[in-house]
Amino acid sequence: MPIATYAGMAVTINDEGFFEDPGQWTEAMAPEIARAQGIDELTEPHWQVIKFMRTEFAEKGTGPTVRVLGKTSGVSVKELYQLFPKGPAKMAAKIAGIPKPRGCI
Amino acid sequence: MISHDGIVTKRIVMLGGGTGGTLSANRLRRIYPREDIEIVVVDQNDDHVYQPGLLFVPFGLAHSEEIIRSRRHQLHKDIEFRQVSIERVDLDADIVHLGDGTELGYDVLVIATGSILVEDETEGLTGPGWMEKVFTFYDVAGAAALHDALEVFDGGRLVVNVVDMPIKCPVAPLEFCFLADWFFQQVGIRERVELTYVTPLDGAFTKPVASQRLAGLLEEKGVALVTEFNTGEVDGPGGRLVSYDQREVGFDLAVVVPLHGGASYVARSPGLGDELGFVSVDEHTLQSAAKPNVFAIGDAAGIPTSKAGSVTHFEGEVLVENIRRFLADEPLDGSYDGHANCFIETGFGKALLIDFNYDTEPLPGHFPASVGLPLLKESRLNHLGKLMFQSLYWHSLLPGRDLPGVGSAMPARGKDIEGAR
Ligand SMILES: Cc1cc2nc3c(=O)[nH]c(=O)nc-3n(C[C@H](O)[C@H](O)[C@H](O)COP(=O)(O)OP(=O)(O)OC[C@H]3O[C@@H](n4cnc5c(N)ncnc54)[C@H](O)[C@@H]3O)c2cc1C
Repeated sequence: MPIATYAGMAVTINDEGFFEDPGQWTEAMAPEIARAQGIDELTEPHWQVIKFMRTEFAEKGTGPTVRVLGKTSGVSVKELYQLFPKGPAKMAAKIAGIPKPRGCI
Repeated sequence: MISHDGIVTKRIVMLGGGTGGTLSANRLRRIYPREDIEIVVVDQNDDHVYQPGLLFVPFGLAHSEEIIRSRRHQLHKDIEFRQVSIERVDLDADIVHLGDGTELGYDVLVIATGSILVEDETEGLTGPGWMEKVFTFYDVAGAAALHDALEVFDGGRLVVNVVDMPIKCPVAPLEFCFLADWFFQQVGIRERVELTYVTPLDGAFTKPVASQRLAGLLEEKGVALVTEFNTGEVDGPGGRLVSYDQREVGFDLAVVVPLHGGASYVARSPGLGDELGFVSVDEHTLQSAAKPNVFAIGDAAGIPTSKAGSVTHFEGEVLVENIRRFLADEPLDGSYDGHANCFIETGFGKALLIDFNYDTEPLPGHFPASVGLPLLKESRLNHLGKLMFQSLYWHSLLPGRDLPGVGSAMPARGKDIEGAR
């Protein structure tokens, strides 16, 4: 497993860069992960989505899909793509330190 | 709970009389005598559609009248059928409120109302051009209208687009591409048609080994593949699919699989479903997370397997056993393993077969054992299997009989587990 260093702490990530252990994540790490994803500054709506991802993961064991995010996070799908242009569900999950959303089969 | 002349009968209510509602009601009727349990099936109409047949309608290989039969007639005569819409379920009171203002109490409730198409959730989809150059084959009217359009299509860009998962039978849009390639060759205009498959997934399919194999087939058949495309808008007049991240795919004819959701009454029934209206149940027992006397089967269930008739059939066995155990106060059977089995029609009288469950992705080999139908490989035998399935559907699956040699759990024997790596 690859190791990454965020906010001075070593964390375990998988080949795609998702956290193996969401417990290792702290808020201080988010801006750094975001910058690596091409997001220079985390604004208030970014944080709203990131916190929502954390809560959903804690409750359900998986992050929500884009469509569910659009229905429940208070941010529309269109805005979600403006905030996280490379795919909101995956990017926000990465920045929030949770595994890749399982999605549907 | 219902008392007739002092005799107490229990009532099982089945919401939805499609694949899952019909097969489980018939199975339940077989294990319980009429005097012990009353079984009521509720559905909004009496048209039972053999949905796998919808794939063939656009190409003139099936006609819509041939794939519809009366729902009532697929049910055992000692099952009560109520043709009425469903308003909402009151989980605390064990009561279903029906569209005609009446109430229906239950001891056990089964949600089998499948999934509905939510075209309106995609901007422009049902706007100008809908049913003229933008179609779906996921319902009877759409499949029939698309047939008329294909009859007069004389070349251009045809795109097949899945808006987002989950959808029923996730292989059906791929099958549509394969059959379109075959169809346009038959009518002699293949070289004038540009075929493109546009998907939100990062490959042709969800599971890696099958995804690779299916991407290979698309390429062989000259179908272009566009991945990670999240359709935000369908612009009929302009002939464009526009993704949320502002990519565009142009078309002259678009075949779109709309977003799916659970039946709308689920959202009106507090505690019953999730954000998309699918019912939250245990993935192994099919029992509701909200109430122990509520179960779900088929497309309505929010569990991580495909929304398919074969899945519904395999779930049926476990569901019926668990209702029996629940009513007898025994611990439930957690043996549903996510088993799915899908024939993938590839055109020219051939088909591919995939077989998988929660833990095992579709692998090559043979089904159900080492002598059997080839897996993940095109063959004539699989095509015959797919054709035979229609008759098995009406005569074995719906009446609730077991299919010869095919049990609920996924068979591991016959699968080439090493070879796939
Ligand atoms: C184009 C296409 C191709 C397919 N091909 C295959 C295939 O090759 N193999 C395969 O295994 N599966 C295939 N499927 C999937 C398969 O048809 C479904 O998964 C299966 O029918 C699901 O059964 P169900 O009982 O959950 O839902 P359904 O059979 O859809 O039944 C749901 C029922 O609930 C009723 N209902 C819904 N809402 C209400 C309400 N508010 N009030 C009253 N009644 C209501 C509906 O009228 C309907 O009768 C295909 C589906 C499509 C669309």
